[in-house]
Formats: sequence, C-alpha cells, structure tokens
Amino acid sequence: MQPYNNKDHARQLLERLHQEAVRPVAVMEVCGTHTVVISRTGIRAALRDAVTLVSGPGCPVCVTSQGDVDAMVELASRGLTVYTFGDMMRVPGTADSLETVRARGGRVRLAYSPADAVAHAASRPAEQVVFLAVGFETTAPGVALALRQARDLGLGNFTVYPAHKLIPPALRALLDREEAKVAGFLLPGHVSTVIGRQALSFLARDYGLPAAIAGFESVDILMAVDRLTEMMARGEVAVVNMYPRAVREEGNRLALDAMWSCFEPCDASWRGLGAIAASGLNLRDRWRDFDARCRYGVSAREAPVRAGCRCGDVLRGKVLPPACTLFAQVCTPARPQGPCMVSSEGACAAYFRYERGDGCDRGPEGSGDAGPR
Amino acid sequence: MCLAIPSKILSIRGHTAEIDVGGNTKEVNIILTPEAKVGDYVLIHAGFAIQVIDEQAAAEIFEAWEEAYAALQ
Repeated sequence: MQPYNNKDHARQLLERLHQEAVRPVAVMEVCGTHTVVISRTGIRAALRDAVTLVSGPGCPVCVTSQGDVDAMVELASRGLTVYTFGDMMRVPGTADSLETVRARGGRVRLAYSPADAVAHAASRPAEQVVFLAVGFETTAPGVALALRQARDLGLGNFTVYPAHKLIPPALRALLDREEAKVAGFLLPGHVSTVIGRQALSFLARDYGLPAAIAGFESVDILMAVDRLTEMMARGEVAVVNMYPRAVREEGNRLALDAMWSCFEPCDASWRGLGAIAASGLNLRDRWRDFDARCRYGVSAREAPVRAGCRCGDVLRGKVLPPACTLFAQVCTPARPQGPCMVSSEGACAAYFRYERGDGCDRGPEGSGDAGPR
Repeated sequence: MCLAIPSKILSIRGHTAEIDVGGNTKEVNIILTPEAKVGDYVLIHAGFAIQVIDEQAAAEIFEAWEEAYAALQ
C-alpha cells in the first residue's frame, strides 16, 4: 500500500495538474469518504486553481431523509433494541436524536457490522432487535447476509429498517435535473467495488461525461483527478477505473446477488434531492417479516428540516458549507444542526475541520488544539 | 461509511477469516470473497470482505503513470 501515500508522487501529480489546467474545471466527487480525504489531505485547496472539487450526495447518513430519521428515533423510543452505525447516533431528528433517546434510557447500540445485531438477537431472545440499514451498495450486501443468517437461525426477534440507497440513480437524477453543472465525476471506489465499472459506464454513454473511479489514498485521488483532466483536455469521454486493485468490470457478483436476493429497488426520498425513482432498496416479499416498519407500524413521514439548515443544497453541490448561515456559528460538530455536520463523512464536517483557511486542523471533534497542519 | 480497510488474512475457518488490523486480529466474514487465501489482502467493510486486493493490477496502473510522468520530464 506504500505508493499510495507517497509524498513525492503526490507532489508530482499536483505539479502536472497545475501545468495542464487552462481554467478551473468543476468535478463532482460523490463519496463521503472522498470528501473527507480530499479536505483532510489538503487536495481540495491545493487544486483550487486547476480543478474545483464539488461534494455531492455521497454520504449515506447525510442523505437519509428527516422522515426516516424520525421513524428510527421512534423505534428507539419504544423499548426496542436498536443497532445503528455510529454516524447516525447524533443526527438531529425533528424532536430527538438516537443519542438523546439513549440518554433517556433507550437501548441504542453501536454496530460495527449488521452481524453484531443478529448476534445480539440470537443471544437475547427476550429482546426485539432492529438494525438500521443505512448505506449504499457497499453496505447492503452485508445486510442481506445478516438477514439470511437471521432466517437460518430462525430468529423471530430481528428486523431491519431498510434505508439503503443506490448511487447510479442519484447521479442520473442530478444530471437529468441539471443540478450538477460539472465537467466530470470522481466516482466512489468501494461502491464501485461492489457494482463494477460497467454499472457506471452510463455517465459516458448517456450523458457524455468523463468519470474516474478512485481509491482513497491521496495518490489514488490525485491519479484519478489527473486522468480526468487529461480526458477533459482531449475531449475523451469514458468512465475509467483508476482503482483496479479493488474494482473489477463486473464488480462483486456474489455481493450483488446477495443484495438482490433480499432487496428490490424502490422509490426513495433523499435529503436535498427529494424523491428519486428506483433509488432505494425495499425488502422483497419473502423477506417482509424482517421489515421493522411492518412489524412495528412505523414509517417515514414528511418532516421539515431545521430552519436555516442547508444540508440539502450542500448535498446537491449547489453551495459550499460556508454559505449556510448556520455553518460554524450555530452548527458545529459539537452542536450539529444537520447530518452534514454530524457525519464523519459529511461535507460540512470536513469543511469545518479542514477547509477554514487558517491552516489549522481542528481534529475530529472540531475543537481540538488548533495548530498548523 | 464507505470506509473499507485492506487487511491481511492470517487464517481461514469456513466463511470466517482472521485478519490483521494494525497488529490486532479480528474476525470477518469472507463469504463474498470465496477465492481469498491466507496471505491475501482483502477489503473489509462493516465486518465483510468485499474484494480481494489485486496487487498486480495496482502495480500496472502505477507503472503506466510513472512512465507518463517520466515522458513529461
């Protein structure tokens, strides 16, 4: 893994990118992990004159609708044992977050894996366990495997709240609605590991846009951006795989088969983008017994976001975090008003920590000792 | 969320692999990467291996880039 963090390589790539740039081109990066790495390593700032890297809806926690958050909080408030990925804990719902429910005695647990929730359900038959299934195509196959395991174990006390979302339909929606005024895309390396390069080739074929699938080390990202700008300079339109050590043409067939065996596409509501057809995952009929919404009669209802919160606009790449009046004033990592500041992969959190122009890394809590990066 | 770490497989028992994570070991499910062998690096996400890392592919892309850079000098 050595070369991908090599400072010399990074410096050479930055040099080349600056040499090639005629004027800044806008590229959208659609992966929360990319957002953070690009900010934390200083790549965003370093490339400013050559390439404008705009964050898109790539953070699954951030794009979870307010209605879904409220429904999840409702489940946690009913004495159920709710397992969630860590980032969801502090997302503010209309009245409460999972964290505030936990503080009042709710049984909310952190899951590293959906398998944790299944194991808990198996060992505690008296508890009703719900797993909050948030995440893109990277995560859904694992949830499907956990569901299979729950069924094989004959568990009657395990359900999931399905909130998975699919990346390709979101990209199509952004482009069809002309939301994303970008000349190309940096594509998520681990979603692509599951779905394959071919699932993203529509960007070139149907929209005439170049795109590069990128890994997550600094050199990975710079190499992908370099290849993208090269394509733009030559008028080349293709979706190239710059992360071949993980991404194959067809992705991971077993992972996709697992996902599609439990789930089917459904319309879904994305924070910031609203309803997108066939962009979510619903449990298939034969898995409906494992749907927490059916078992507990809970569903997502339209819910307004906090006054002044512009997470939605940030997620569409319409504005940068500092354009939100709440940013860094009312809304900070310690007191988040919306998911983009809560999530470790949210654009607002990344900008708060790494893009505030004074060269200081405020660390993961945003309030650590300020010091030069 | 898309955080997936490349980790080396130390041992395999059925669908469970013991992986090395910075000196500590951890168990993960490798049912999605049946071709994985002891000694391979796999990408782990939320407790599941989602891909075996292909170092050969990595080396090739690197060489291609290094040639391109050298040609510019």
